[in-house]
Amino acid sequence: MSLVIAAQGLRKEFTVRVKAGRLRRERRRVIAVDGVDLRVERGEMLGYIGPNGAGKSTTLKMLTGVLTPSEGQVRVCGLRPVPQRTRLALGIGVVFGQRSQLWWDLPLRDSFDLLRHVYRVPAAGHAARLRRCRGLLDLDGFLDIPVRQLSLGQRMRGELTAALLHGPRVLFLDEPTIGLDVVSKQAVRGFLAELGRAGDTTLVLTTHDLADIERLCRRLVVIDHGRVVHDGTVAELHRRYGSRRLVVAELDAALVTPPVLPGAPLERVEADGRRLVYALESAGVAEVVAGLAGLTTLRDIAVVEPDIEDVVARLYRAPARSG
Amino acid sequence: MGSVTATVASPTDSNVILWFRTFWSISRSGFRRYATYRQATLAGVVTNTVFGFLRCYVLLAVAGDAGEAAGYDRAQLVTFVWAGQGLLAVVLLWGWTDLADRIRTGDIAGDLLRPVHPVTSYLATDLGRAGYAVLARMLPPLLVGPLFFDVHLPARWPTVPLFVASVVLAVVLCFACRFLVNATAYWLQDVRGPMILWMLGSGVLAGLYFPLRFLPEGLQQVLWIGTPFPGLMQTPLDVLVERESTAVALELVTLQAGWVVLLLAACRLVQRRAERRLVVQGG
Repeated sequence: MSLVIAAQGLRKEFTVRVKAGRLRRERRRVIAVDGVDLRVERGEMLGYIGPNGAGKSTTLKMLTGVLTPSEGQVRVCGLRPVPQRTRLALGIGVVFGQRSQLWWDLPLRDSFDLLRHVYRVPAAGHAARLRRCRGLLDLDGFLDIPVRQLSLGQRMRGELTAALLHGPRVLFLDEPTIGLDVVSKQAVRGFLAELGRAGDTTLVLTTHDLADIERLCRRLVVIDHGRVVHDGTVAELHRRYGSRRLVVAELDAALVTPPVLPGAPLERVEADGRRLVYALESAGVAEVVAGLAGLTTLRDIAVVEPDIEDVVARLYRAPARSG
Repeated sequence: MGSVTATVASPTDSNVILWFRTFWSISRSGFRRYATYRQATLAGVVTNTVFGFLRCYVLLAVAGDAGEAAGYDRAQLVTFVWAGQGLLAVVLLWGWTDLADRIRTGDIAGDLLRPVHPVTSYLATDLGRAGYAVLARMLPPLLVGPLFFDVHLPARWPTVPLFVASVVLAVVLCFACRFLVNATAYWLQDVRGPMILWMLGSGVLAGLYFPLRFLPEGLQQVLWIGTPFPGLMQTPLDVLVERESTAVALELVTLQAGWVVLLLAACRLVQRRAERRLVVQGG
């Protein structure tokens, strides 16, 4: 595997002027990103999440060469993003959910054609990628409509296509599903999942919609107050923050003494004792189900996956670590 | 030994060709983008034509019975006005805030993510826009003027190519000025102040409101050599109406070209400085 993104001690400070008194204005330093280390291999799909103002977009802008880091080393596709920005641009694709990179007054078809020349892509490769995007993202209905007249969902599908037409090695997506309805979200996620399966495009995704992450990313980096607070799989996040899978047993009648199962403590009893909720710790699903199967009043059994939203909400609410 | 590479163009050659192809494509898209706004074009043409009559009568009144003002005869003044009314939209003296808007909203990030230098891509777009303006905005006043007034037609053959070159240079020069005015948004966020200064300054000093030849000789020289403004309109118009000999006209166009080089370099410099301190707001 080859390293596509390597960032070390990445840091970004801004100076903001704050009103202090009638005429006086104070300059105050704001640290948006505070020593982020990040290594991403080729073909990885990385979820980069954090609360508002955590430094997600700032990191992305430093990785893509839009912002100059205050400190730290960074290499993307082996290039230094800011000094070699125009060269790097040929190898990466970027979608900012909140901004359009398409030409407002041109139909999508013309925008795509222009992009071919801007990125100097051979016509055949360009046409093949466009064909694929048209199929997967269902673009045909609005290719000839100027971008300013597209709906948000249509525009976003156009943006994704535009970011991919030059066959980038890394795709940076900054909240690509923001404001989209369920159908459009599914279309975008399905498309990205398909892209991930092919395995040669590296994907870095920031989002507030954790369903995006669950569907797409094995690896999750959580950033808060400019620092990485978690870097690992979604499962590791659950383990670390104590979220467990649950086994829910529905009973026809309440039990006086619910069974005690080793490795799976009884989390809570609901519905007047007719619903027992066990948390899976060291025990596996099979053992717990076997332990419950003997109950004569058992009506239904269900395994509930932990909710990533809960974990992340807990993570965001936790006070910022100092040091 | 013996490997054949002669069929492959040298890398620098192909790069230059690719660069021009990219530039041409962006220009073409600029043409198409502006061509979509037909009502705006029509409104612009009507306004320019109406003001053409107004300005024409004023300058002819100034010429009066003598039939001459600041070295222009009546026909030259008429051509100056009507070509100027068309040229105004081609160089696009006013009303361009695309770059400033994109800096303010943060959309500039999108421009920085393209493999083309922002100055290059904005210039290419602007040349495409100017191409459309020549057809849609410059031709109508040029056709209307001669219907109602006696105009001066070029008498010397070098005038026409020199005029074309001077118009292209004026477009690039005006673009560079607008780019610099817009780029103040990197520092100021709000460009209304610089924009108003630019509007006031450019209208007077470019020779739009009146030919700069009406000004005292000394002031003219300061303007011509010390500022890019005469190159925006006065130079191409003086070339067209043959106010000077061909040799002097050639000198004026060369001076204009000098300013183009200087200001484009300034654009690149400013852009580089700006990128170093850029803050892309929000999201």
